[in-house]
Amino acid sequence: MARGAPGDRSLLAPLLLPTWAVIGLFMVVPVAVMSLYSFLTREFRGGVDWTFTLSAYDQFFFDRGLFGDERPRLEWAYISIFWRSIWQAAVATVLCLLVGFPTAWFIATRPARSRAVWLFLVTVPYWVNLLIRTVSLRFLLRDTGPLNQALMGLGLIDVPLPIVNTNFAVQVGLFYSYLPFMVLPIYAAVERYDFALSEAAADLYASRWTALREVVLPLVKPGIVAGCLLVFVPSLGAFLAPDLLGGAKTFMIGSLIDEQIKGSQGNWPFGAAVAVILMTLVLIALLLYARAITRERPA
Amino acid sequence: MKGVRHYPGFTAVAVACLLVLYAPMVVVAVYSFNGSTSLTTWGGASLRWYADVFTGPEAERFGLATWNSLTIALIAATLSTAIATAAAMAMVRGGRFRGKSATFALINLPLMVPEIVIAVATLIFFSTIGLRTGYLTVLIAHVTFCIPFAYLPIAARLEGIARTYEQAARDLYATRWQAFRLILLPLLMPGIVSGYLLAFIISLDDFIITNFVKGAGMETLPTAIFGSVKQGIKPNVMAISTMLLAVSILFVSLSYLINRRGQKTPAQQGDPA
Repeated sequence: MARGAPGDRSLLAPLLLPTWAVIGLFMVVPVAVMSLYSFLTREFRGGVDWTFTLSAYDQFFFDRGLFGDERPRLEWAYISIFWRSIWQAAVATVLCLLVGFPTAWFIATRPARSRAVWLFLVTVPYWVNLLIRTVSLRFLLRDTGPLNQALMGLGLIDVPLPIVNTNFAVQVGLFYSYLPFMVLPIYAAVERYDFALSEAAADLYASRWTALREVVLPLVKPGIVAGCLLVFVPSLGAFLAPDLLGGAKTFMIGSLIDEQIKGSQGNWPFGAAVAVILMTLVLIALLLYARAITRERPA
Repeated sequence: MKGVRHYPGFTAVAVACLLVLYAPMVVVAVYSFNGSTSLTTWGGASLRWYADVFTGPEAERFGLATWNSLTIALIAATLSTAIATAAAMAMVRGGRFRGKSATFALINLPLMVPEIVIAVATLIFFSTIGLRTGYLTVLIAHVTFCIPFAYLPIAARLEGIARTYEQAARDLYATRWQAFRLILLPLLMPGIVSGYLLAFIISLDDFIITNFVKGAGMETLPTAIFGSVKQGIKPNVMAISTMLLAVSILFVSLSYLINRRGQKTPAQQGDPA
């Protein structure tokens, strides 16, 4: 019954061809070309020379002194940018989790009607221009912005809190950018959770919080892991939050790539190499996630 | 026994969550009506910055950028929705076939690769094949990354429509094309419209990829706004941002309502699964 009429298959290729062609030609091929590019030699006129070299990766990981003839030492400048990006993305993920889980739980325990409204309200910001949202956040948090004015007006502080251009501002920006990504998968998991299990735990004298820790969390873990991934991955390569909310000291991977590709001192093979390293990190995160969910399943 | 569902403090966090999500947007919307030239001192409600957007010194730049943004979003949403509809038909109705999971991964690729990586890769690709960056390159990039956004609601809707409708049509001697056009397409419409609207706003909102592949001189609304913001947040930028915000919210609300109304049609309840 569920099988299609014979001959349906003849349509498969023509129906899928546009998708294969467009995404294949304009996304898969470009990523391959970019990976190739990262192994090419930089020409000083700004172009590339088609000779194979590892110099972009060498420049990323090693410092060979000003003239390139010293013994290679580990180059920390770029590694520390990656390390900072990972740290910033991790802090943003934890912030999202701390706010996202209670929110998702709250929404999932509403009656069906208001649940839809809450979900809608959480989803809308995702569809609103991220640039405008980030600019708005900068406006709100500025030294002379509405938040500082309000706090000073209330007499809580005497001098404006310097929030903008700090690591904290970037973390808040990432948190604010990707919060809906945390709420939605956790909501989906909590919605499937059978609350009778919590009642059983309560009958067996578990406190609310013990039940949450011992019963709920293990069951909704896949949703939590998915949410963390959905926040962490875009945060890692974010450009707008560090660029608009941070300062020179908050440089992240996205800004580094932007500078190498679009800046006047740019180095395309190096920029491509940084993008390849970022993509590899994301791939590792996705693989860890895939392993985590396949391990959950049989249990 | 409602007790186990309630955790003290969770309600407060949920309310705070919405407050955090909306406060910056609301603040900018309110200040866009500020009559004062100063950013932060309130000079009474006024529409002067909205007038400035249309008649001020930057009016021509914003007008051109708006035209580019709207035409690109229109074309990109149309093409990507057509491509995604075809793909959804094959993926949902085509049964099992070789390469199905690879195709699924391909469709979702634009969602999994970080935006900045797509941006760099696309720019390097266009530069390698010698295509001058400009309107066309932006359009191609937009069609590509809009496909998964159009695909998801269409495929979800199609999965909910029972095959019996098409089979009945076929039994009554409808050709395959007639069964699709007269029976399936009207049932699928809410998904298609919803996917189209989402693709449209995703294209309208994109900044990072556009900023890389647009080349010098060509602007879309987000890149024009970014350029202005880099020289300091000005009240006219807040006015134009508020308008873009309103358009996005309108489109999402429409997409949501159409999808929800669609779910109440009998086809969705007749699903044998």
